[in-house]
Amino acid sequence: MSLTEKQIERYSRHIILEQVGGAGQEKLLSSKVLIIGAGGLGAPAGLYLAAAGVGTIGIVDSDKVDLTNLQRQIIHHTSDVGVEKIKSAENKMRAINPDITVQTYQTRVNAKNISDIIRKYDFVIDGTDNFPAKFLINDACYFEKIPFSHAGILRFHGQLITVLPGETTCYRCIFSAPPPANAVPSCSQAGVLGVLAGVIGSLQATEAIKYLLGLGKLLTGTLLTYDALEMNFRAVKLNRNPNCPLCGEKPQITKLKDEEQAVCDLKDCKC
Amino acid sequence: MNLVINGKETNIIDGLTVNQLLAQENVQMPDMVSVELNGQILKRTKFDQTVLKDDDKVEFLYFMGGGKCL
Repeated sequence: MSLTEKQIERYSRHIILEQVGGAGQEKLLSSKVLIIGAGGLGAPAGLYLAAAGVGTIGIVDSDKVDLTNLQRQIIHHTSDVGVEKIKSAENKMRAINPDITVQTYQTRVNAKNISDIIRKYDFVIDGTDNFPAKFLINDACYFEKIPFSHAGILRFHGQLITVLPGETTCYRCIFSAPPPANAVPSCSQAGVLGVLAGVIGSLQATEAIKYLLGLGKLLTGTLLTYDALEMNFRAVKLNRNPNCPLCGEKPQITKLKDEEQAVCDLKDCKC
Repeated sequence: MNLVINGKETNIIDGLTVNQLLAQENVQMPDMVSVELNGQILKRTKFDQTVLKDDDKVEFLYFMGGGKCL
């Protein structure tokens, strides 16, 4: 692939970076990133990856845009209320950058469909809220050996970690299984500062681009935690856990299964 | 004795177990916390028997959801 004149102009601020250059930009254009969840985290990640010229962006979501989403899910506009989130997200990403291909998946990930979806991608961004999905993404990426960025946000706090499956600390190394029912409030129950999703989702996009270009040091083996009230970032070093049920010395999890939905069990949950 | 809890030096009474520390630090929902002790994740079943020592580094790691419910 060689860049057109228009592309050289569009991506000039990337190309001028010594560590990116024309070759790096071409690499981005031939890369594929999957975003699971077109919500608070997926919104900024999708917009920045589209702007950056990541050639193929997949987006998975089964919901429609709701008025309560707009406080933080900046890829969706007021006029999108009632529209499928994947459609709304696709429109914005294509409007920013018609160079890219957007693949949409109007579904929820589950043990049956996730492997086929993620297999086509170089990197996965976990932008989901519920814990069964987070564990499923961790496990599926482990079995398919696809690097991913995990993140979570709640109230004024956020955290993220990048996982190179089988090589670095995974989500189950830290949390072996989902929390018990109602032990953890969801964003809809506890609230979340909207801009927090922008901060953390943008960091996930940064990790994706770094991985694709082989730049710098990835956030592996380290959970980055962010406290917006204290305006404090902490990098917590986390070694791989030999007792991890997935990637430890004696793995108990050898195939995908759907975890019980323990958290968002409110009937009208609108996370 | 002195512990480093989530990066902050904290003085606590001697002989506390991890479970007792969780209670003392007012961790409301211990079920949602993973504990890393000196660089290793501690099994939940060991919270009760693990007695903290001077200069131990403890990290409380919280479950956090995110962008949206799928």
